[in-house]
Amino acid sequence: MPREDGQHLGAGITLANRYLIQEIVGVGGMGAVYRARDLHFPKMVKLVAVKEMVNQARDPLVRKTIVQNFEREANVLATLHHPAIPRIFDYFTQGERSYLVMEFIKGKNLEQFVNDHEGFLPEETIIKWAIELCDVLEYMHNHKPDLIIFRDMKPSNVMLNQHENIVLVDFGIARPFQTGQRGTQVGTEGYSPPEQYRGDATPLADVYALGATVHHLLTKRDPRLEAPFSFAERPVRKINPNVSPELESIINTALNYNPEDRFPNAAAMKEAIIAVAQRTGVLSRNVLPSVSVQETVGVKPLWVFKCEDEVRGSPTFYKGKLFAGCYDNNLYAINATNGEFLWKFPTEGGVVSKPAVQDDMVYFGSEDGSVYAVSIRLGKLSWRCETGGPVRSSPRIAQSHIFIGSDDEHLHAINLLNGRRAWKMEAAAPVRSTPFITSDYIYFGTEDGDFFCLDFGGSIKWRFKTKRAITSSPVIEKGLIFFTSVDWTLYSLDATQGWVQWRFRMGKPSISTPVVVDRFVIVGAVDGFIYCVDESNGKEIWRFRTEGQVTGSPVLYKDSVYCGSVDGQMYCLEYKTGRLRWKFSTDKPITGTPVVYDDVIYFGSNDHRVYALLT
Amino acid sequence: MKRFIQKFFGQEKPPQQQPIAELTTAPLSEDQLEPVATGLPKIEPPQLIVGSSRSVGQQRDHNEDALYTFTATLAGNTTVIPFGIYMIADGMGGHQFGEVASEVAVRAMSKYLLGKLYHPIFGVVPESPAESLQEIMQQGVFEAHQAVLKQAPGGGTTLTAVAILGNRMTIAHVGDSRAYSVYLDGRMQVLTRDHSLVKRLEELGQITAEEAEIHPQRNVLYRALGQGEPFEPDVTTAPLPQPGYVLVCSDGLWNLVSDAEIFRLIASAPSPHRACQGLIDAANAAGGTDNITAILVRMPD
Repeated sequence: MPREDGQHLGAGITLANRYLIQEIVGVGGMGAVYRARDLHFPKMVKLVAVKEMVNQARDPLVRKTIVQNFEREANVLATLHHPAIPRIFDYFTQGERSYLVMEFIKGKNLEQFVNDHEGFLPEETIIKWAIELCDVLEYMHNHKPDLIIFRDMKPSNVMLNQHENIVLVDFGIARPFQTGQRGTQVGTEGYSPPEQYRGDATPLADVYALGATVHHLLTKRDPRLEAPFSFAERPVRKINPNVSPELESIINTALNYNPEDRFPNAAAMKEAIIAVAQRTGVLSRNVLPSVSVQETVGVKPLWVFKCEDEVRGSPTFYKGKLFAGCYDNNLYAINATNGEFLWKFPTEGGVVSKPAVQDDMVYFGSEDGSVYAVSIRLGKLSWRCETGGPVRSSPRIAQSHIFIGSDDEHLHAINLLNGRRAWKMEAAAPVRSTPFITSDYIYFGTEDGDFFCLDFGGSIKWRFKTKRAITSSPVIEKGLIFFTSVDWTLYSLDATQGWVQWRFRMGKPSISTPVVVDRFVIVGAVDGFIYCVDESNGKEIWRFRTEGQVTGSPVLYKDSVYCGSVDGQMYCLEYKTGRLRWKFSTDKPITGTPVVYDDVIYFGSNDHRVYALLT
Repeated sequence: MKRFIQKFFGQEKPPQQQPIAELTTAPLSEDQLEPVATGLPKIEPPQLIVGSSRSVGQQRDHNEDALYTFTATLAGNTTVIPFGIYMIADGMGGHQFGEVASEVAVRAMSKYLLGKLYHPIFGVVPESPAESLQEIMQQGVFEAHQAVLKQAPGGGTTLTAVAILGNRMTIAHVGDSRAYSVYLDGRMQVLTRDHSLVKRLEELGQITAEEAEIHPQRNVLYRALGQGEPFEPDVTTAPLPQPGYVLVCSDGLWNLVSDAEIFRLIASAPSPHRACQGLIDAANAAGGTDNITAILVRMPD
């Protein structure tokens, strides 16, 4: 990428009457690296790498010192003989530029290699590289008369040659910092240990940087994009569970803040890696199965209630009673303490709608197209309001009205007392999303991918469009709206105008409704994951894989998140880390959302049952 | 108006204020406490009110800080939109490139943000921006980074940009300039994280606060615009501090003036503009070791 001021050499220029520049292969802080042809071998094409260092010092004395240092170090490098160190052929200085001519390594550097590789690289490949890197560091650290510190170990400084062996490039001729400058300066880092910033460069600094390099290769997390020295916050196995605990422990040892807590030298680190490779058999093993399978612990239900068909929706708890809709067309009222049947109310269609309760009346919709109001004590019908299509949305109560969507492509506002419709709003597609209601506005999505903000008169304040259906129901927290779409995305919108704050891409569509707590937004998707995303920046905090689609929604109770999956299991996860606390198996998919009250979790399953478990 | 003038010149203080002024535990005078107690006077339509100020400081001979403010208000039939973009860039890199880098960075970011945010939202037929605000801010920082690489090679700059839209703000940040939410009850919440190497070492207990003070790499950032290594800006959203202020400033201010003092100066000033001048004066009085820049935005009610 030539700069406009012509700082770099163009192709066709010949240096020292001998090296014909072909192209730039890299740009560093101090200058560029070129591929060149050595013209002393006219009968054959001999390629060399020419590393350029531009001397930017103005003071003549400083300039001279820099050139002397360059030449001294070039002389040292020329004495090194190791398969992982490129050979030095020549060096010279022209004006403000000094050049080092060395072996041209054809291949990729490890950073490119790891970036281009889909998924994680196998542990055995990285172990092989790590052993070779320890070996070359050991060689340099034992160099006589003066030991050599590499100082700049990182994936982009390690090449993989044609024989798939590693070669170190970019020896630390250029110091990472120009000292003596006033004011703010920059040093981009990520791999160097804390003590290197105090000016201590020792063999143990290289050991740390090697640990950091291996960490990057195993996790694909670039430490330059993270806060410095934060490896402890990103344990290798948390990101890549396929890595053996033994290798993780070696990386942790190399990455200790205090040099005395690391391996005493590169040789010791090499021995430790070889020992692990032999013990775990990783050097001969091809496939690395994940070992951490957590057993279902003995969670026993408090009670189980049997219906006559699938319980796909979500129950509601109110004053010691549980109300659950079922595909046997009934709404059931169950004693929440012991699971005893209280009453059932028959409709003419399946009930997936989550009931809403107010003033001893329970309100819900049915696939028969009606919204019902039933007394909670005896299950007697108070009123019935017909819509023009199946009702799969759930009612919300506000301002003495019920707001509910229908497959008749409308959102309905129904008077709570008499069941008369106040208005219906034309949404142009089925409304299965449950509206969210604030003191001023009503928010919901449609199966066409529209998202509406209405006022209480039913007029549109603003609308927003996603690419696919919004079946998920919005939640609003601190002025932000969160919902998912079948377009694989979790959205965060400004509640005043619908401006998108961020989008989080999942692996498959989602119809799950998010739950928001602290800065965590937790939601499921059809790809089987439960995701936890940072509310402030839309970045993933953790994800948990279930064995089936997650179409229900998570709920939060105390410090746990509870969520069902189509794999038939109810999961209890630690909400800050996504760690599994327990899981409970039912016989069929769980598609609804649980409700938790007083340390008891209630949910339905497609195995025709409603369960109550102690949290 | 009379009270206004009195406050400025500090004359004719009402007698009952005296005992309070002598109490060291109550540093705010009644005049200063008044906005805290009563909230800010309501202004219709809701709008952002901005002040800014900048000084070369006492010890530098040129100013490498750049500041940028852009405020728009639309109050129409159905919508009221307060909109603002506020940025500070603190350049570095010796030679003259520091000041070039900081100006180029805010220009490039401004061009990008106005195109992506301002034009759609304030068009005849308003449109929502095509990308998310966080994506737009992140891309804006990347554009600024490219512009610095091109226009000021070798130079670098911090960039802290706050875009206020609706009832949220989106912050993009690289380096050690800062943005704060300042609430009228005295809470000062830092919205950004300094990308400072020495600060990080101090947090890890590798060096003490005293060592950090005199550390030779005290001014070294581990992330900045215009540098070759890959980097990712911190992009976050936050609710608006209502009632209150958003403060954006360079390290020339926060290094020298304490949070409590910053709050006192903001709460006691009659306008954001006067508050910024007060902040800059305080930093200069404390030595003015670096360029000092501040932008203060009063939130809509």
